[in-house]
Amino acid sequence: MDARSKLIDIAAFMDRVQRSGETDDYRYQMFLQALQGLDSTNRAEAVLGLFSDMTADPTQVATPGPASGAWKEEA
Amino acid sequence: MRYIEPHAHMVTRTTNDYQSLAMAGCKAVCEPAFWAGFDRSSVGGFRDYFMQLTEYEPRRAEKFFMKHYSWICINAKEAEDVGFAREVMALIPEFLEKSNVLGVGEIGLNKNSVNEVKIFQEQVEIAVKYDQLILVHTPHLEDKLKGTKLILDMLQEHSGVRPERVLIDHVEEHTVRMVVDAGFWAGITLYPESKCTPPRAVDMLEQYGSTDRIWMNSACDWGVSDPMALPKAIMELRKRGFDDAAIDRFVYQNPVRFLRQCPKFDLIDSDAV
Repeated sequence: MDARSKLIDIAAFMDRVQRSGETDDYRYQMFLQALQGLDSTNRAEAVLGLFSDMTADPTQVATPGPASGAWKEEA
Repeated sequence: MRYIEPHAHMVTRTTNDYQSLAMAGCKAVCEPAFWAGFDRSSVGGFRDYFMQLTEYEPRRAEKFFMKHYSWICINAKEAEDVGFAREVMALIPEFLEKSNVLGVGEIGLNKNSVNEVKIFQEQVEIAVKYDQLILVHTPHLEDKLKGTKLILDMLQEHSGVRPERVLIDHVEEHTVRMVVDAGFWAGITLYPESKCTPPRAVDMLEQYGSTDRIWMNSACDWGVSDPMALPKAIMELRKRGFDDAAIDRFVYQNPVRFLRQCPKFDLIDSDAV
């Protein structure tokens, strides 16, 4: 029941984003990519990896504000 | 059931929370120095905070028959101003001598910046110089994987760091293996949203708990967090069929084994470990 409830929450979230016309938001695009992690064998690890900054070197300065949950490559 | 809360920011919590922890079986609470939710404007602000961690909070805990221990450092979020961070770091040796201070922490990275790296390395040097335990904060969300790798690289490159005396906190499924495989201790933080739920924590214990180098904590603070997270994880362990001895190992004996590497951790329990 718990997983069913969470899956419906995710479905409703996706409907909500679509209704609000915000599907281009980079966080939503990363969310869609992260869903691909569900096709792997280590799903939790894969999903977390797909949201992550995969670069190796420290950044020159700390970006302001809190982490957003999805990595955005700087232009 | 007895347990240790190895990471809680009690300066942000009410006295009712101390009472709840005690009534749930908590024997000791350990409080790392961290970001207060705002950047402090002076070194004096940090001195006051360190006094709170070493003088005032132990007295609050004592009213509920709990021991209170703390860790001292400048956190990663306030490390971006290197000059200011170094002024704060100059206070650390004085506070390492306090009777409830277990070591240097929670040092680490926040946004994985060059300056954060610099201050992390300098605080590791302090810990090594004064033969202290180290508690490491790993970054949040999308920054965690990269930050954890950077931290592991720096610690492994330092000849004076002994992995069994370092706990790397806030691991999740994508970082836990690299931490325990490198010989360090791993902390799993139980947060309602941004870190780990009790079912996910128990999943990790099922996979890596045999290392005996893992603990769980609530890291409760001023944000959305739950000082009762550990009792909830205990309930999840029971649901999965873990017996009392196994649960005691995860929530009491493991933290005691790490923390008593500091002689000041003097928690006495009749059948301690």
